[in-house]
Amino acid sequence: MHPIIRTILQRLGLGLLTLFLVSIVIFSAVEFLPGDFTEAILGQAATKETVAAFRHELGLDQPAHIRYFDWIGSVLQGDFGTSFSGRSASGVDRSREVVELIAPRLMNTLFLAGMTAIIAVPLALFLGVTAALYRNSLYDRIVNAGTLSTISMPEFFVAYILILLLSTIFPVFPSLANIAADTPLIERVYASALPSLTLTLVIVAHMMRMTRAAIINLLASPYIEMARLKGLSGRRVILHHALPNAWAPIVNVIAFNLAYLVVGVVVVEVVFVYPGIGQLMVDAVTSRDIPVVQACALIFAATYILLNLLADIISIVTNPRLLHPR
Amino acid sequence: MSEPSQTYSVQQEAAPASPRRGWRERALIELRKAPLTAWFGMTVILCYLVVALFAPWIAPHGQAEVFATPYAPWGGKFLLGTDQIGRDVLSRLIYGARNTIGIALATTFLAFLIGGGLGLMAAISRGWVDQVLSRIVDVLMAIPSLIFALMLLSIFGSSAASLIVIIAVLDSTRVFRLTRAVAMNVVVMEYVEAARLRGERLGWVMRREILPNIMPPLVAEFGLRFCFVFLTIAALSFLGVGIQPPTADWGSMVRENAALIQFAQYDLKAGLTPLLPAAAIALLTVAVNFVVDWFLMKTSGLRDEF
Repeated sequence: MHPIIRTILQRLGLGLLTLFLVSIVIFSAVEFLPGDFTEAILGQAATKETVAAFRHELGLDQPAHIRYFDWIGSVLQGDFGTSFSGRSASGVDRSREVVELIAPRLMNTLFLAGMTAIIAVPLALFLGVTAALYRNSLYDRIVNAGTLSTISMPEFFVAYILILLLSTIFPVFPSLANIAADTPLIERVYASALPSLTLTLVIVAHMMRMTRAAIINLLASPYIEMARLKGLSGRRVILHHALPNAWAPIVNVIAFNLAYLVVGVVVVEVVFVYPGIGQLMVDAVTSRDIPVVQACALIFAATYILLNLLADIISIVTNPRLLHPR
Repeated sequence: MSEPSQTYSVQQEAAPASPRRGWRERALIELRKAPLTAWFGMTVILCYLVVALFAPWIAPHGQAEVFATPYAPWGGKFLLGTDQIGRDVLSRLIYGARNTIGIALATTFLAFLIGGGLGLMAAISRGWVDQVLSRIVDVLMAIPSLIFALMLLSIFGSSAASLIVIIAVLDSTRVFRLTRAVAMNVVVMEYVEAARLRGERLGWVMRREILPNIMPPLVAEFGLRFCFVFLTIAALSFLGVGIQPPTADWGSMVRENAALIQFAQYDLKAGLTPLLPAAAIALLTVAVNFVVDWFLMKTSGLRDEF
């Protein structure tokens, strides 16, 4: 077998194993709930029968490992169970399916993250590479100082500064990202301009600094100096000699920051009241709606793991040393 | 003519030997050479600590004291106005320093206690202890920490104690990795071997042989971890699941006063009120980063390219 394929298969197996273990961790979170939480959800007036029926529905009368396989089995079929909210003491069940709650919001979040990534990734790469090329110039220093200050600020600080400047003092963009399923694309982009700008500022700073460091590291290596001394043009050195080795660190940087986006999205969605999955999770945490929290955590964790896995695989595939084994 | 001296002393002949400097003197010399950014950082941190320690004497009003006028403008009795139910913003900012920094410091210490201790243990004992601990940490680190913290808070409820424990445990994973990595280099040294051969116990080897030699990277990591914990707690409080009211803290203050930002067109000062606690958070983070940068440069002797 080609060594690359073997390495990739190893990574895939490792990623799946991690995902499996993470799902166990997320599942067993329920085990730590205080014993009387069924009554807390159903209300004090709940009859014994209602509580018993609810416990039976949750499967609390079965051992944990059976419940885990039930849960993970239905999750794999796209069924995350039913939400805790909407239950009542009389046994009337107005609760909704978790999937119903999550699906439209997940689309919104993916839209926001995608829009941010489309703007942020090329911008960060451009800034990072140019800052590395013109190292220690005025341009480099300005870009560095700007990104250093955005890194140190909490996301909500950046968000509120943007609201203050671009929404109240100069009313250009709306401060509330009010979008629905049937909002046309142009309006959608306009409404999510500020949340996406906030996320862009935060992740461009990280990405740009890491890209710059990766390229500077590389440009200092002897084989680049050799290529320069041979008299190759600057562009040829960068494109043919530096870039093939730079792909791995750059892809890692991008994936790391897209994974960071997954987390940053939570705070930003709350600031702009953007109807996404992050806000749903925060609401569910406040009302202690465990099935929704579990589903959101699983989605976030899976995205995070998959992005990191993808980065691993891309950096293996683009590694010249592995591509041409001796 | 004076009699030539019969005694001979190196001290008189050569230049007087320079006295051995105490650590205090050395620290002073280092401080004098510190760059401007480090001085700025240290001054800011010192100011924050003074404010945090002496909050009850500095603050003009109590942190939960409610006055008759909600959303009072700046100036007069309330230097920075009042919030949505009529509490003095300046006093809450000052008490917020105490609560936010206090909780963040406690969390960071706990994280270092857990992560550092386990990391040292893994590095010394190797074998299956190391394997088990490292794999557990791998799994914990595969979940984004803010998401994990949200999930755990929904289960254990939001109180200061559970906040500290949850974030400390989640952050100790990173401390564990760093401690284990740097301790691995020290564990293989002969003097550690000697200490173990003469029968010292695990705790003694950890504390007296290894810890002093891995201190610099750990101290720098402490600063960075503190920033991270501080930002996480602020974000959680901002989301309404961290430090609970009426305790003043900077994250929830931003959220509570966020509505004021809409009035910036009419009164810029009112619009700035919700940004003040956020700015306080950002300033402290920048200050700690400056000091850590300087410290890293001093101890490692190389400039960090980041």
